[in-house]
Amino acid sequence: MSTVAETIDPYDITQRSNGLRRRRITEKLMGVLAIGSALAAVGILALVLGTVIYKGIDALDADFFTQPRPLFGAEGGIADALVGSALIVAMCVIFAVPVAVLVAIYMAEYASPRVSVFLRIVLDVLNGVPAIVVGIFIFGILVVGHGQSAIFGALALAILMLPMVARATQEVLEVIPRSLREASLALGVTKWRTTTSIVLPAAVGGILTGVVIAVARVAGETAPLLFTSSIAANQVSTDVFHALPTLPVAIFTFADSADPADQARGWAAALVLIVFVLVTNILAKVFSRGRAGR
Amino acid sequence: MSTIDDSAAPGAGLAGTGLERRGLRLGDTLFRGVALAASAGSAFLLGWIAFKVLDLAWPSIEEFGLSFIWTDAWDPVTEQFGALAFVYGTALTSAIALVLAVPISIGIALFLTELAPRRVAAPIATMVELLAAIPSVVLGLWGILVFGPWVAQHLEPLLQNYLGFLPIFSGSPSQAGILPAALVLTIMIVPIASAICRELFLRVPRDLTDGALALGSTRWESIRGVTLAYAAPGIAAAVLLGLGRAFGEAIAVTQVIGGGNSINVSWFATGDTLASRIASQYQGATSQLQAGSILYLAAILMAISLVTNVVAQVIVRRFEKARRAA
Repeated sequence: MSTVAETIDPYDITQRSNGLRRRRITEKLMGVLAIGSALAAVGILALVLGTVIYKGIDALDADFFTQPRPLFGAEGGIADALVGSALIVAMCVIFAVPVAVLVAIYMAEYASPRVSVFLRIVLDVLNGVPAIVVGIFIFGILVVGHGQSAIFGALALAILMLPMVARATQEVLEVIPRSLREASLALGVTKWRTTTSIVLPAAVGGILTGVVIAVARVAGETAPLLFTSSIAANQVSTDVFHALPTLPVAIFTFADSADPADQARGWAAALVLIVFVLVTNILAKVFSRGRAGR
Repeated sequence: MSTIDDSAAPGAGLAGTGLERRGLRLGDTLFRGVALAASAGSAFLLGWIAFKVLDLAWPSIEEFGLSFIWTDAWDPVTEQFGALAFVYGTALTSAIALVLAVPISIGIALFLTELAPRRVAAPIATMVELLAAIPSVVLGLWGILVFGPWVAQHLEPLLQNYLGFLPIFSGSPSQAGILPAALVLTIMIVPIASAICRELFLRVPRDLTDGALALGSTRWESIRGVTLAYAAPGIAAAVLLGLGRAFGEAIAVTQVIGGGNSINVSWFATGDTLASRIASQYQGATSQLQAGSILYLAAILMAISLVTNVVAQVIVRRFEKARRAA
């Protein structure tokens, strides 16, 4: 700290007060800057949310949720995209969560510390692979040969979801007391039964929180779906072997449209997506706080 | 944490017959095998992604070689392709976003850990987290329809008025371009970086900052000399993770950057990043070579983000190890 070393003549009042005043001003200034940064972040959030609500709320009616997109005009809704998104996200959860939980179990219960650290790095790096690159990967291995399909879209999203859920689960498993496992093993229960019927049930709340947060994130992912499930008819369909319309891709196309009716629909679709994402995030928070309170 | 030895055969006392015991062992072996397979599969997946993207880009890599990276060309008619304009766009937007996002993130984290009373800090921390949860496509929609026009009508004229002598603020203001894209990226990085910084600052030992305060430093001086110094490697990792996000963000950037082909000094001009070019041209490729070139861009993007992420992970591990040793 340079400040202590500063040459301050303790008897020269003016000099002392000057140094102190400068330091106090810096102190105040930094405080103001810090508060300003926090306010800016909250302000931007309010601004984005406010705009989406303000511009989207008018188009939200029963038709919006029950009617598919029209070819043109202001009628119709986005039921097709809602159904498609729900199906794809559901399949993604089915693909990703079992694998992620198994990886986490291997890391927490079986792997040596070295292997565990290696896997952690692999998962963190996998988590850092850009979503669009994952889209291209699935495009290259599946779409090129078989055409677009909702299943491929779900697979791409599952690759994004895998590291998120695995890391969250592994962190929960690590804090489960060892005594719980030892008690079960001492009673003669095998290790895998201990894991599945003692450790996992104790961790289920934390795993769910991780899954919910991951669902909120992949539900809004657009880039992987562009390559895997974007060329679809605007009608309600549950045929997962073909491309299905989805909410994020719909918003992406609406945003590019010059038609005000499309833009209005884009805002309304964004409102639906954002409400879903925020509600799931807040739910996850309440979940984890409830667990922490126990 | 397999501190308990499997070979001690838990269940040996209960399982009467050898057959039952073998059944139990089989369950253990199977379960372990499946878990191992899932883990090996994840590691394999990472390698497979890297290999496949390179493999897809191979026709273009063969055609243009490494000079593709520093060639400034994108002409489907003459079939000349190069990545320089998009590497430049990626570097510039990410750099602007980082320069803006890092101080803001540190400021937010300091506010939450040092200044704000708990009752204020908790809801604000939640709100910053929610900012991170906004899907990029929604941010892009807001960017193209609301934020871009605002930048063109108010922010850019203002910058030009006062700083117009700088070439980066020359040219006519436009709704889509480098500047709005960089600002949208800033909005996306800040919540991530500030969450990491907050964790870091919370872990700074209290006695160190207390010591600085006891020596007569002001709160800011103790933050600068102790908190920031202590957390510096972690902040570097946070910056890299933010950078990874900025490099890889395709959707929101595509929507606001305008899709230009050329390198411009002015931040008001349109441009394109690696990721946004891939997203905007994925369907428009007219030739094999153009498709291959788009995939080449993806390979460059993947290489950059792999390096950034691995370096960030290494810094984090080192930092943790050093802290544990201390």
